[in-house]
Amino acid sequence: MSGEWRTLVPRIEQLARSLGLDFHPVEFEAVPDSFMMEIAVYGLPVRMPHWSFGVRYIYQLIQRHMGHSRLFEVVFPGNPGHAYLSAGNGLAENALVCAHVLGHADFSRKNLLFQRCQGQVSERIVEHAAQHARQIQQAIETHGLERVEAALDAALALEQHIDVDQPLRRPAYPQYLEPGKALADDAFRRRFAALEPAGPAVGVTAPQRAPLPPHPERDLLWFVAQYAPEMENWERDIFLAVREESFYFHPVFATQIMNEGWASYWHARLLREADFIPQQAYLDAIRCHSEVVRPVAADAQVALSVNPYHLGFSLWEHIVAQRGLEAAFAIRTEDDDFAFIRNHLTRDLAEELGLFRYRARDGKVTVLEADLDALHEAILAPKYNFGAPAVWVRRVCADGTLELGHDHRLDGRGLDLQRSRKVLEYLQRLWRRPVRLVTVDEDGADLELSVS
Amino acid sequence: MNEPAGGESPFSAAKWYELFSRGARDWLRHDAKVRDAVRRHLPELVGAGEIIGGAARTVRVPVTLLEHYRFRLRRSAEQQSVGQGAAKPGDVFADPTHRPAPSGKGPGGEDEGEVQLLLELKVEDIVEWLWEEMRLPNLKPRAGPSEETEWIREGWDRRGARSRLDRRRSFKELVKRRGAPGAVPTFTDEDLRFRQLARRRRPAVRAAVFFLLDVSGSMSERDRQLAKSFFFWTVQGLRCQYRMLETVFVAHTTEAWEFTESEFFQVSGTGGTVASKGFGKVSEIIAERFAAQQYNVYVYYASDGDNAASDVAAAREALGALESQTCFCGYVEVAAGMSRRLETETGRLFSERAAAGGAVDSCVLTGFEDIWAALRTFFAAQERAAEDA
Repeated sequence: MSGEWRTLVPRIEQLARSLGLDFHPVEFEAVPDSFMMEIAVYGLPVRMPHWSFGVRYIYQLIQRHMGHSRLFEVVFPGNPGHAYLSAGNGLAENALVCAHVLGHADFSRKNLLFQRCQGQVSERIVEHAAQHARQIQQAIETHGLERVEAALDAALALEQHIDVDQPLRRPAYPQYLEPGKALADDAFRRRFAALEPAGPAVGVTAPQRAPLPPHPERDLLWFVAQYAPEMENWERDIFLAVREESFYFHPVFATQIMNEGWASYWHARLLREADFIPQQAYLDAIRCHSEVVRPVAADAQVALSVNPYHLGFSLWEHIVAQRGLEAAFAIRTEDDDFAFIRNHLTRDLAEELGLFRYRARDGKVTVLEADLDALHEAILAPKYNFGAPAVWVRRVCADGTLELGHDHRLDGRGLDLQRSRKVLEYLQRLWRRPVRLVTVDEDGADLELSVS
Repeated sequence: MNEPAGGESPFSAAKWYELFSRGARDWLRHDAKVRDAVRRHLPELVGAGEIIGGAARTVRVPVTLLEHYRFRLRRSAEQQSVGQGAAKPGDVFADPTHRPAPSGKGPGGEDEGEVQLLLELKVEDIVEWLWEEMRLPNLKPRAGPSEETEWIREGWDRRGARSRLDRRRSFKELVKRRGAPGAVPTFTDEDLRFRQLARRRRPAVRAAVFFLLDVSGSMSERDRQLAKSFFFWTVQGLRCQYRMLETVFVAHTTEAWEFTESEFFQVSGTGGTVASKGFGKVSEIIAERFAAQQYNVYVYYASDGDNAASDVAAAREALGALESQTCFCGYVEVAAGMSRRLETETGRLFSERAAAGGAVDSCVLTGFEDIWAALRTFFAAQERAAEDA
């Protein structure tokens, strides 16, 4: 197994550029399977140590022993991008994987969500994450494993609770409420004033302190790092490091169907048009493609989940066929999964792909009536709010108690109480004042959890 | 650009990942956390009745993987989702991923498939924890006048058995010699060095532990289980202290017999209790096999405390005799499920001796949860006894 595939890379890249893909250079590296697995577990090639990754690692090991699918590649966006290929890939697989990686590289360079994230986090997330890992290793040496772990327990538990609509480097809230604007002195105002001549003078009050937070705050990581009354600076840094990595993970999460579909579309197309690939390798690659991009496992009739590769791939094929490559490029730039599914998964296509909604209850699965809008929402439901329940900071009380609220109307039901209590316990160890959370019980009545 | 990445990439140059697994590191940390959690339940662990499977050197504790908690929605009885394949509206089929809803409220890792971990704890580790937990200074082995000999390495010689050839040392000699002008550059007999052994005498540190069990009709199965668990942990504790630990198992009713370890725990008897017979048997065995100067002798006696009224005087005498032969006598009164406080015949006997300043102590076991406290009492008492001596 030599680097024969490396000779193919420049030619595939050239072909991709000639077809209109636009990507930053990608550094390819072949690594052993064990390391591929770790990248999958950590989400980044080098990431902060935490025991919860150890748990995921064991689950991965078990899955691998049970013969679940192996990983061919992992790619990290950036300039340059980093692509890790499994050293166990054959030539055909690597040809496929290189083409696939270029699809991702184009997507992550051009998609607006990625652009915005990379503009904020930087184009060198892999190096940043390694820097965070080093920083946390130093913190462990200085402050001891127990204390650093307490900070990471809390920060990683809140990993998904960020607000990507706000900038990564976010200024503190204004301390005072904005003074009311001086009222325009127009004809209406003069007539209005004349109605009640003895009214008190408006707008000349002393500046008023803004409540904390001035509005419900979704970005728990930022809020805690910014406003925790007794946190050490190094603990705040840990929160912000986790938050920065979350900002990086967000577009990956929010465009998964599109992104995987796009890469799959392009690996299929590039291989088809690459006349320099040996015939046998091409056939092997196509076989490999159809194993990855298939709706249901080989021996099954029905799958109870949707393979994002297959769904995305089919949508892109359809879009290119119907509306041309230019339109596809525009969609790849502008959409995320929400727009992509809602705009482009049509009734015909859903039928053609055999997508169906189902209801699972007491171990019985019932297939529901076809309803396109409901289908869209069922596909997208797990993607809202970065996949986490809507938990917001409501207020900080005078005694420093942190009050969180769960918007159960948005989520449809209340929180899992045992887990929520544990998360509050993690958080309380850093907030160092009482922490409470309001959600609802089974009957929709308010329920308060508090940890002090 | 597609060359193997050069020095500027920290990830490719060193191939560190072939030497180091972060996953394994974090897994070990998880493991350590689980062990800590288990350790915090040490008393229950020690109390677990079924540990003493004869020669087992490990204790298996089933644990679930730790979960790193996050905010999650409450489980709802019904989930809606999307599937793909040949299915029409109205089709009903079994959900292969379905598992019966977990009873109770414990958060189970329902999403990832629950993995149970069988944590294997070494008995030595548990004993070590016990030691730390009780904050006991280690018992001082009392050395008798007898000595044992052992062979230790001492020095080198130019002659010796081939098996004792010290290659490293010999090679050094060769290197030294090579420096000299006109030297032969290969090994000669002059270079060879052999390790020498010397005989060394050291004081013997030996202990004998007697487990004396009352198996009369009044002792229930559970009483014996309790005694057995207690004996097990006591042996473990003492094994830490003595390289050579001999155990003797004696059971008595109105007579007394010596048993092997495996037989001992099977024994059951009927009839009355004459404690003096048991004490007498132990005294006899000590005199026969364990000369007091060579051995530190410990006796643990487990009984439900009923002794024949006619035996009181004899038992007092026998216990007095036994005490003079031993470092420590411990009495455990087993009374499964009851709450008595040593107001039995035998209990009084031991209290008297303790009041008189003898190296004895007693305590009550009413359930497995008491074993922890009992161990604590006895090891502390032994420590005192050792200091007095």
